[in-house]
Amino acid sequence: MKRYIGVRLIYLVLTLFIITTATFFLMKGLPGTPFDEEKLQQLPTEQRQKIYASYGLDKPVVTQYVNYLGNIVKGDLGTSFFYTGQKVTDIISGRIGPSALIGLQAVLLGLAIGLILGIIAAYRHNTGWDYATMIIAVLGVSVPNFVLAALMQYYMGLKWGWFPVAFWESYSSSILPSVALSVGVVALIARFVRTEMLEVLEQEYITTAKAKGLGFIRIMFQHVIRNSLISVITVLGPIVVNLLTGSLVIENIFGIPGIGSLFVDSIKMNDYSTIMGITIFYSAFYVLVMLVVDLLYGLVDPRIRFASGKE
Amino acid sequence: MPKETQNLDALFKPAAARPDDKEKITRESLTAFQDSWRRLRKNKAAIISLVILVIMVVLAIIGPWIGHHNYYDTDYSAVYQKPSADHWFGTDKFGRDQWARIWQGTSVSLMIAVLAAALDLVVGVIYGAVSALLGGRVDNVMQRIIEILTGIPSLIIIILLMMIMKPGIITIMVAMSITGWVNMARLVRAHIMKLKSQEFVLAARTLGTSNGRIIWKHLIPNTIGIIVINTMFTIPSAIFTEAFLSFIGLGLQSPMASLGVLINDGFASLNSQAYLLLYPSIIIVLLMVAFNILGDGLRDALDPRMRK
Repeated sequence: MKRYIGVRLIYLVLTLFIITTATFFLMKGLPGTPFDEEKLQQLPTEQRQKIYASYGLDKPVVTQYVNYLGNIVKGDLGTSFFYTGQKVTDIISGRIGPSALIGLQAVLLGLAIGLILGIIAAYRHNTGWDYATMIIAVLGVSVPNFVLAALMQYYMGLKWGWFPVAFWESYSSSILPSVALSVGVVALIARFVRTEMLEVLEQEYITTAKAKGLGFIRIMFQHVIRNSLISVITVLGPIVVNLLTGSLVIENIFGIPGIGSLFVDSIKMNDYSTIMGITIFYSAFYVLVMLVVDLLYGLVDPRIRFASGKE
Repeated sequence: MPKETQNLDALFKPAAARPDDKEKITRESLTAFQDSWRRLRKNKAAIISLVILVIMVVLAIIGPWIGHHNYYDTDYSAVYQKPSADHWFGTDKFGRDQWARIWQGTSVSLMIAVLAAALDLVVGVIYGAVSALLGGRVDNVMQRIIEILTGIPSLIIIILLMMIMKPGIITIMVAMSITGWVNMARLVRAHIMKLKSQEFVLAARTLGTSNGRIIWKHLIPNTIGIIVINTMFTIPSAIFTEAFLSFIGLGLQSPMASLGVLINDGFASLNSQAYLLLYPSIIIVLLMVAFNILGDGLRDALDPRMRK
């Protein structure tokens, strides 16, 4: 187990290093600069040099790269080009709140609804309940979240006035974006739980439990649901991807000051250092979640632990 | 022996064994494809999806030409027209005909998605197959590379690539395929590894079948199912990615049309002209639902063991 974690950690660092390197050189290859080129050309050469020097852009690319890597190790992601003088780390940490709240609410809501739907669908296999759940699941993965968010904003926010249309003013501002974000999670979980539970229901230990004369509730909760839920942890990876990509568009649609909208804004502003910072932040988050998922899964399901121990 | 039985025995005559008749195949045997097609035909939802897809593809090809206008001509005297006999789906902010734009956009989105899926397929299948067939050290190295690649959130990389390349159909395709093939490679490798250790391959080997023949006759036909299924699920996700990129302003740009561009434009004027967002949204949802259901149907049809 210890060796497994060690190997995984090495991969984690390697992956992050590759992402950082790729991002850095991709950004260097970008056409244009974050500065206003016309105005910059009007400045005397001396001042222009000063501006470049203040961002470390006067040094050769390799030196810039080494500096950048060194700073990341120290937890410094550089200075923003657009929000003059602000540290990228400060900008990101100032924006985490709304994103985290919406993401967390979306996961909890999606988990709750998805679990209920999945369990009902499996228990009432091949009935109207089952078909309805499958339709919801297919729609959930098929309707692009930004289309859904835009329509929800138009109808529930603007036309019917149930919720605030946009911006981050009170708690109620977070409801529509959270719901829009949760739909994909509902679909993923409902589908997965249904499949898992159908498999568990066929297992011999369920027959044994029935033969022992256990009550319905006891069989369902102690044997079926418990065993079906173990592997739900594995869908956490796709869910995180779903939430990250969803947040990029949904925060933009609802005007929420989160990391997703910051990322899209900095792409439009050519704000290299912020783009790189968020890329690394997202990647680190993703890689860490995947590691935790795998470790947790090994802990809950001993069969997996042995399998991974061998590798 | 009782008398009655002896009498009864006289009623029977031993039949002559006719080996030719016994071995005769009364009906032509079904190929794997025909067998799958039979199963797929029974799946109503999948067949309806298939029909919807065929209609959409036909409309995407001929749609831009059967209206009264083309998709790029602007007409400032007819901006934001509601759907009418002249403009079947209305017009946008430059007076461009929405009917023509939607079908043009559908064909562009479909083309990007299908080509990206095809590129994923080629790269992924070759990578996975080589990794599984060569095995040993090569496999080891190839798998380590994949492990690192799967740790990277692909959409972020696609976004970065889109930033440095000139927006266009080919760019989007390439950007999507750079990260997209990994999944296919993993599936193909896992599947071939499983097949390699199965008894029928061992039997073929024992009978002296050459490696090439085993690959061609046993491994490839048995892997096609999962390749087709995975491709069917790659297409809708590519449609989504294209629309997503255009929506955040990194994909195609007007006056080009794709479903993403149309949804983006529609969102900008959602307040007054909801139909501009509604129609392309309906098309994209229909496409994705149809591909997903057909994919599910194909999975059941091609691999009945996986049916749930």
